[in-house]
Amino acid sequence: MDGRAPRAGPGDPVDRDEPVSQAGRRSQRERRGRPGAVNASFVLSAAASAGLTVLYALGGQPQLEGALILVALGAMAVGLILWERRFLPQGPYVQAREPLPSTPLERKAFAEDFEVGAEAIGRRTFIARLFGLALGALGVAAILPIRSLGPSPGRSLFVTEWRRGSRVVKANNQPVKVADLNVGSVVTVFPEGHPGSADSQTVLIRVDPSRFTPVPGREDWSPAGNVAYSKVCTHAGCPVGLYEQQTGRLFCPCHQSVFDAMDGAKPLSGPATRPLPQLALEVDPEGFLRARHDFTEPVGPGFWNEGHVS
Amino acid sequence: MITKRLARWFDDRLGASTFARSALNKVFPDHWSFMLGEIAMYCFVILVLTGTYLAFFFSTGTPEVVYHGSYLPLRGVHMSEAYASVVKISFDVRAGLVMRQTHHWAANVFVAAIVVHLCRIFFTGAFRRPREINWTIGVTMLLLGIFNGFSGYSMPDDLLSGTGLRIAYSVALSIPFAGTWLAFLAFGGEFPSDQIVHRLFILHVFIVPALLAALIGAHLALIWHQKHTQFPGKGRTETNVVGSRLYPTYAMKSIGLFAAIAAVLGGMGGLFQINPIWLYGPFQPSSVLSPAQPDWYLGWLEGALRVFPNWEFRAGGFAVPNPFFPAVLLPGVTFGLLYAWPFLEARLTGDRLAHNLLDRPSDHPVRTAFGAMALAFYALLLFAGSNDLIARLAKVSVGAVTWTFRILVVTVPFVVFFVVHRLMRGAQRAGPVRFLEIPLAAFVRGNREKLSGVAGEKALQEPEPEPPVTEELERAPGDRFERPG
Repeated sequence: MDGRAPRAGPGDPVDRDEPVSQAGRRSQRERRGRPGAVNASFVLSAAASAGLTVLYALGGQPQLEGALILVALGAMAVGLILWERRFLPQGPYVQAREPLPSTPLERKAFAEDFEVGAEAIGRRTFIARLFGLALGALGVAAILPIRSLGPSPGRSLFVTEWRRGSRVVKANNQPVKVADLNVGSVVTVFPEGHPGSADSQTVLIRVDPSRFTPVPGREDWSPAGNVAYSKVCTHAGCPVGLYEQQTGRLFCPCHQSVFDAMDGAKPLSGPATRPLPQLALEVDPEGFLRARHDFTEPVGPGFWNEGHVS
Repeated sequence: MITKRLARWFDDRLGASTFARSALNKVFPDHWSFMLGEIAMYCFVILVLTGTYLAFFFSTGTPEVVYHGSYLPLRGVHMSEAYASVVKISFDVRAGLVMRQTHHWAANVFVAAIVVHLCRIFFTGAFRRPREINWTIGVTMLLLGIFNGFSGYSMPDDLLSGTGLRIAYSVALSIPFAGTWLAFLAFGGEFPSDQIVHRLFILHVFIVPALLAALIGAHLALIWHQKHTQFPGKGRTETNVVGSRLYPTYAMKSIGLFAAIAAVLGGMGGLFQINPIWLYGPFQPSSVLSPAQPDWYLGWLEGALRVFPNWEFRAGGFAVPNPFFPAVLLPGVTFGLLYAWPFLEARLTGDRLAHNLLDRPSDHPVRTAFGAMALAFYALLLFAGSNDLIARLAKVSVGAVTWTFRILVVTVPFVVFFVVHRLMRGAQRAGPVRFLEIPLAAFVRGNREKLSGVAGEKALQEPEPEPPVTEELERAPGDRFERPG
């Protein structure tokens, strides 16, 4: 104990803090120890970095690169920490915390100076208002270009590429005939000319008519058991990618909504609230499946005015 | 000699010696938990370094190309330029894969370190006056960190990231009145537009990192100005800082920490695969991966989307669609509460004093129990985000798992609140005990009676004694602080 008080009152200059001598701790001299481990760490680190250089020149290999980075930087970290623990002054040091708030006098002086300026500005109210007007007008002019970022939603969320008479095609543009699918099988289809279209993607299922209950009013939408539903999940828009033949259910792999393909694709469980919209199909004289018209309701996830179709 | 001349050269022009000297001697308190924020900061440094490297090779183009690189399974596949460039970084740019994977791991650790750091701040009451401003800066950085993680892993235009973007678009659509416009302005039209990768790139590489860098600067400047908090202990008071000096000890410790983090992240980048986009394939709107999970920091939102019941609001042709509640309202409330907490707590407790000494979690049982409750809630949502995987592992139906989580999410947090509150009260009564002794003290009846006896009651009723300002430090304050007296 040297008796010097570490106590530092508020307002003391920063550099008055002092190291505190310690009983029960090894003195700085004792702490010095041998530098062997520190030296070894940095040598190891340098060796690993040299290895990295050679490895890169030879063409690189991700796992080896990872291992060498781990050694190069890890050994460096060990070296630095040991160096710090063994050879640098450990303190603890005590430093004063000056109170953060200004003195009442300083605050008052600030408030007064501010008031002087504010009054000078405030005396010219009309000028200040005109400046406000100019700023506001500039703000409006500056914010409008945001509009260029995207088109108006308009009716685009209410319509897809399906048109009256669109032929039903697979992703490779091959048209689908009424008897192409076996009962129980399923394929993703698009309107002809728009393969891969995100909002027109439709899942075509050939169902066993004895198990299938058409929605009233849609009895003629599924010629020969060819039922078509929008493939865009009505919950969050993922493709409803999984079909279970035994149960006739469609599954969305994103949030596990389940739809009953045998009963108007009504949601059975999961977060979806609306059935998958059904696409009305018909058969043309050559036997190709065609759409009778576009979906009669918006496909995919809900939006605030989705009910205003017309 | 050279340093001396250099120092003189600068001081002649800047007069910085006084400040520089006080900077060198600045004292920082030592505690392992004070390093958590530094871990986040050094992750950011590594993200900038690896990200800059990646940006040299990444292409934001959406035109379709046919792959001819060295990864055989994708040869001849049609894909966007963006996806092709990431496959190229992974296979044909030397050191590219390590950089990419290190970048991705660093992003995950970055957000994790922020969250753990936030927990440390919360449970020790470090957000209290005068540090409310730094708390709000920190919460903003968490928000930006999560956004930049999402924008980053959405850029490669692979099948998994495309699915994530599809969900993000649907969530934007679900916002009442503004949703359709917001989604169209953000994505440049109806999903999938050819604009989004480029826009994400601008946000991910320029805007958000610049904001983060500025906020990190402000965060550090405030810590510097207000000085770091410290745990109570012998010789530590509200008006002093006890610890090691910035130069040389603290600086070397910190650089050592940086090297350690870089070592771990670089090692993981080389040794552990992450986001193997070449296995997912390029994005196609009509394809989807199963199972599909986001990175961990969005798992709570994914889980909320999965377990929120099939409720939505409809009237007169207008709707508030289902995703609005779990994916807009929930994060809105979450971050609203985070921002408001310091002010809320000050109002509820009436404690508006400045605090430089930290709380122990048991000093504020209600705060601690509330924090634990929130953690339980979000952790359950995170696990609910893997309900399909859990169902597969447990060989039960997804529906059963979903229902289990629905029940757990609304019950377990309250149980956690009750239990933690009890534990903290017990710890409070017991006074300075080792952490492992707390549960017994709180729950064993005999112990509790003993604890709630004269000494315990007294401890409860009496205000906390101010830590005495000691004239001398008997011994160094260790990591595990002790109560004075």
